[in-house]
Amino acid sequence: MSVLDTEPASTPEAERPDGRRRRRRLGSVEVLALVVLAVLLGREWLLSLIDSPRALTLVTVFVSIMVQSMPFLVLGTMLSAAISAFVPSRVFERLLPSNQVAAVPVAGAAGALLPGCECGSVPVAGALIRRGVAPAAAFAFLLASPAINPVVLVATAVAFPGRPEMVFARFAASLLTAVAMGWLWLRLGQPRWLRPARTADPHTERGWPAFWVSARHDLVQAGGFLVVGALGAAVLNVTVPPRWLEVIAANPVFSVIALALLAVLLSICSEADAFVAASLTQFSLTARLAFLVVGPMVDLKLFAMQVGSFGPQFASRFAPATFVVAVLVSVLVGWVLL
Amino acid sequence: MRKDAQAVLLLLVGGTLLKISLTGTYVRYVRPGLLPLLVVAGVVLVIVAAATLWQVIRRPLRILVTGGGAHTKAGSHLDDPETDAAPDHSHDPHGHGEPRVGWLLLVPALALLLFAPPALGSYQASRNGTALSSRAESDFAALPEGDPVRVSLLEYASRAVFDQGRSLAGRRVVLSGFVIAGPNGQPYLARLVVACCAADARPIKVGLAGDVPGDLVADRWIEVVGTFSERTDRDPVNQDVIPYLQVAETRELPTPEQQYES
Repeated sequence: MSVLDTEPASTPEAERPDGRRRRRRLGSVEVLALVVLAVLLGREWLLSLIDSPRALTLVTVFVSIMVQSMPFLVLGTMLSAAISAFVPSRVFERLLPSNQVAAVPVAGAAGALLPGCECGSVPVAGALIRRGVAPAAAFAFLLASPAINPVVLVATAVAFPGRPEMVFARFAASLLTAVAMGWLWLRLGQPRWLRPARTADPHTERGWPAFWVSARHDLVQAGGFLVVGALGAAVLNVTVPPRWLEVIAANPVFSVIALALLAVLLSICSEADAFVAASLTQFSLTARLAFLVVGPMVDLKLFAMQVGSFGPQFASRFAPATFVVAVLVSVLVGWVLL
Repeated sequence: MRKDAQAVLLLLVGGTLLKISLTGTYVRYVRPGLLPLLVVAGVVLVIVAAATLWQVIRRPLRILVTGGGAHTKAGSHLDDPETDAAPDHSHDPHGHGEPRVGWLLLVPALALLLFAPPALGSYQASRNGTALSSRAESDFAALPEGDPVRVSLLEYASRAVFDQGRSLAGRRVVLSGFVIAGPNGQPYLARLVVACCAADARPIKVGLAGDVPGDLVADRWIEVVGTFSERTDRDPVNQDVIPYLQVAETRELPTPEQQYES
């Protein structure tokens, strides 16, 4: 515990039983005010730090990712708060097959119902697990939803005019990967990798008070991890020389792996990645399919958010496994369909 | 991080989203169509912040009104682990359930409020290859009426490359964009095309032939009137085709609000 966080709101100094006033420690709100004041005062100096085109590009790309993601993060956290506070567990028990093996594909296909990009799906999957949905099914939903919802599929169709097979391939490969990962979790997953539920879980409470607690908590936590991912993606966006891609594209095997890795590093929103993939014309369609399948499932900001929601033990196993499965499935589907 | 600090933080983030939406600076970062979603997100964040503050304020009031004994009953269902489950913190060195990482939300909020980062420009356009082939089409309708007719850079470049300039024949067009330096120092006209946010910005480049002023510097916004030219370059970054415009007139422009094409 740091000094910033220990002060319990319910114990003002005046109530201390020994009557001795403790020297008041610095609370979060005071720190917040000090940080804002310091940035205000040091504005000129901070501006001089970002006075190169590359640094300015980095800052702009970073805030752009944040601004773009916030509406979907808000949508996702409100949905997850609503699931936590208002939807009883028995609803999911009724909707999903009780057999976990059968529940995985159903949950994966249900991912099509959540419009938006990947930032919203992590908190929703967390809420589903807290509501008693089998983790394997929740993970299938988590992986499938950002790639197979109608908004993303329409964007893919627009980005690849005259190539409807690209839309089918993306849908098929994403759903297959999600279901495969769900089943893989059933066989190999260990519950101890998942961060245990919070000790005093606010989500066991119901109704509006619980809704606000859950919404505020998820927004601050998921938002903070989103910042980590967006910063990493922005740094890579301005440091990886696009010329490298040229060299890599020549080799068919390496190009698939390279574009899959690029998807991880760039962390582009799944509603936009089709346009980026379309512009990578020097690469084969299969390599670009791998880019579109991997991107919404494994990327820097998602990894950071998964660490936040499910713990580092989980994320460090789940993300690499997803990457491998997604690449293999993309190659297979690309070979059949493209 | 205390609950009231989180509320202030969410208020700051929500307020920032509303500010960039209402002042219009959001178009430097995302496509214009996102505006309604940004406003909704900002309002929701402010509401969550207000509800949290209300919970924080109301609890001490209840204690005052009903006496301290009511605290456990009245307050407990509102409390979350980070403020009240104090005994558990000793087992929990990572502070689970306590979103300390949330402090980082200050970074984008303060960057937007205090620095208002500019739209991307020649730096990003020069280091990325022209993204023309993402829009490969084959059917081009006739250009709209007008002489000269105003077309987007993407539109001109697509017609020049994929229609071999047929639908541009005999027409004068007006293009606008910013200047970037080509591989041999010659000026190109460029625009960034944004599908979603500035992280996916890809440049469209058009070469300028004919009557081009010699003093064009990178990032300056200009408007050129001209006709289709057969000449092309290859983008050194991705070997894509860069079409040319035979320039007749050049005008300087103030930097526009909406700098990206979509």
